[in-house]
Amino acid sequence: MLNYTLRRLGIAIPTLFVIVTAAFFLMRAAPGGPFDAEADLEPEVLENIRAAYDLDKPLLTQYWLFLSRAVRGDFGPSLVYKDFTVTELIAIGLPVSITLGLLAKLVALLLGGLGGIVAALRQNSVLDHTLMGLAMTGIALPAFVSAPILALFFGLYLKLLPVAGWNDGAPANLVLPVVALALPQIAVIARLMRGGMLEVLRSNFVRTARSRGLAESTVVFRHVLPSALVPLVGYLGPALAGIMTGSLIVELIFNLPGVGRYFVQGALNRDYPLVMGVVIIYATFIILFNLLSDLAYAALDPRVRKSYR
Amino acid sequence: MSARPDLLGSEALARAAAGQVSRSLWRQAGRRFMRNRAAVGSIVILAVIALTSIFVPMLWPHGIEDASWESIMAPPSLGDWHWFGTDANGRDLLVRTFYGGRISLTIGLLTTVVALLIGVTYGAVAGFVGGRTDGFMMRFVDVLYSLPLIFFIIILVTVFGRNIFLVFIAIGAVEWLTMSRIVRGQTLTVKAKEYVESAVAIGLSRGAILRRYIIPNVLGPVIVYVTLLIPTNIIVESYLSFLGLGVQEPLTSWGLLISQGAGQLDSAPWLIFFPATFLAVTMFCFNFIGDGLRDALDPRDR
Repeated sequence: MLNYTLRRLGIAIPTLFVIVTAAFFLMRAAPGGPFDAEADLEPEVLENIRAAYDLDKPLLTQYWLFLSRAVRGDFGPSLVYKDFTVTELIAIGLPVSITLGLLAKLVALLLGGLGGIVAALRQNSVLDHTLMGLAMTGIALPAFVSAPILALFFGLYLKLLPVAGWNDGAPANLVLPVVALALPQIAVIARLMRGGMLEVLRSNFVRTARSRGLAESTVVFRHVLPSALVPLVGYLGPALAGIMTGSLIVELIFNLPGVGRYFVQGALNRDYPLVMGVVIIYATFIILFNLLSDLAYAALDPRVRKSYR
Repeated sequence: MSARPDLLGSEALARAAAGQVSRSLWRQAGRRFMRNRAAVGSIVILAVIALTSIFVPMLWPHGIEDASWESIMAPPSLGDWHWFGTDANGRDLLVRTFYGGRISLTIGLLTTVVALLIGVTYGAVAGFVGGRTDGFMMRFVDVLYSLPLIFFIIILVTVFGRNIFLVFIAIGAVEWLTMSRIVRGQTLTVKAKEYVESAVAIGLSRGAILRRYIIPNVLGPVIVYVTLLIPTNIIVESYLSFLGLGVQEPLTSWGLLISQGAGQLDSAPWLIFFPATFLAVTMFCFNFIGDGLRDALDPRDR
């Protein structure tokens, strides 16, 4: 297991390096620059600004400067949000995105998991069909459709909840974004859970457990559930990593100050340091959670360790 | 018989094992699929949506860019042929919805074809060759997997401009990863089957084995994944258009229409209602077909 962990780590770090490098040069290949929006700068002034941000140096020098600073956790100043460093912007955005993402994931796991288990235990009943029909709706309606409709209905018509805004994370402001974010995930988790349960319910060891006269609840909780959770572990790693990317649309619709919004704005404005900062954070998250889910998989299933050369 | 003595008729046996059995398997699967009413109904509905998307914009009295000043943000009505109402520029929503369907469906299909071609070839080669090559190829996929999809597409689109073909390539280039993993896993399973062993024993070339035995037998899960990938890609395109990075005016897609409708939700709810309904129904249909195919190809789950 230790050997496996080390091997996976040995891949994770170069991966991060490759992603960061690719993003750096891709961004710089884009036409346009960060100061295009500021109308009619004198060429000398523009030169001075570019020099102040080291943008006049050769690209490779800039890359080296960026890398050596990033290793120390310094992502430089934002080129568009003046007076803010990228680290400060991310420090503002990250808690928002993570709060949203985690809450939504939690809601999705609870509701989806429960729905999937119930549907599987009552396979082909009316309840099963209703739950799976609802799950299908959740998959068919992307967040950018459900979010505006939720805001319209609960915010504008019923006036129960705020239509948009963060308001320092007040619970009322969180409800709609979290629900919008959770809906498709509830659906996916419910279907995965049901599939996993059905697969296991048919297996020989469950039949054996039943034939030994164990109570149905013991069979389900002690024998079926642990095995049925395995596919969910594989889904959760990447899904947890997607916490921040996933909330991008919802952040925009509900006007929340999360990392996703900074990323889209940054890419459109050619705010190189901001984009790179967000990319590094995103990629680290994804690699970390993929690593954790692979390790969990390997711990659950010894075959995975063997197959990894 | 050829010059090479084929004492046990092993070539014929191998052919029978791969060809015959799989053909009747396919026929059985087809029969099981046809019994699934939701899936068959979905195919009919999808066909109707596809055909109307093609023909309605040709035949409808309004064009997609015809703006009329008399009817701006008019609610749906049967008169004037504005059945779905009009948008802020007085353009007919019905014709724009069907036209958007053309673009959304085309993007969904083409990106899936791109992903299919790259993913199947890559996964089959990795799984079939095995060893170090396989390890290296799949590590490369792992690296790409760590790229946040939407971030990658956003950077590509900002770098190379907002070009519809770029959207195709960007989505397809990202979505082949899962496909290659599925195909590789399946190839490893198929490779261990006796009929492949016998094909190796009679001296068929690697390419021939790959073409004749591996790929046909790997197809089942791939077909299921394709039916689920098409709606995913339609959503990704909508997502990009929603951010203003996908399809650009005067062209339109369901995602772009929805994003425009979301801005006028309280004053003109029909602007989001119709495109969102079409998108959702399409999603439903593809998912039902995918489920039906999976049940038909893997009857254990029934």
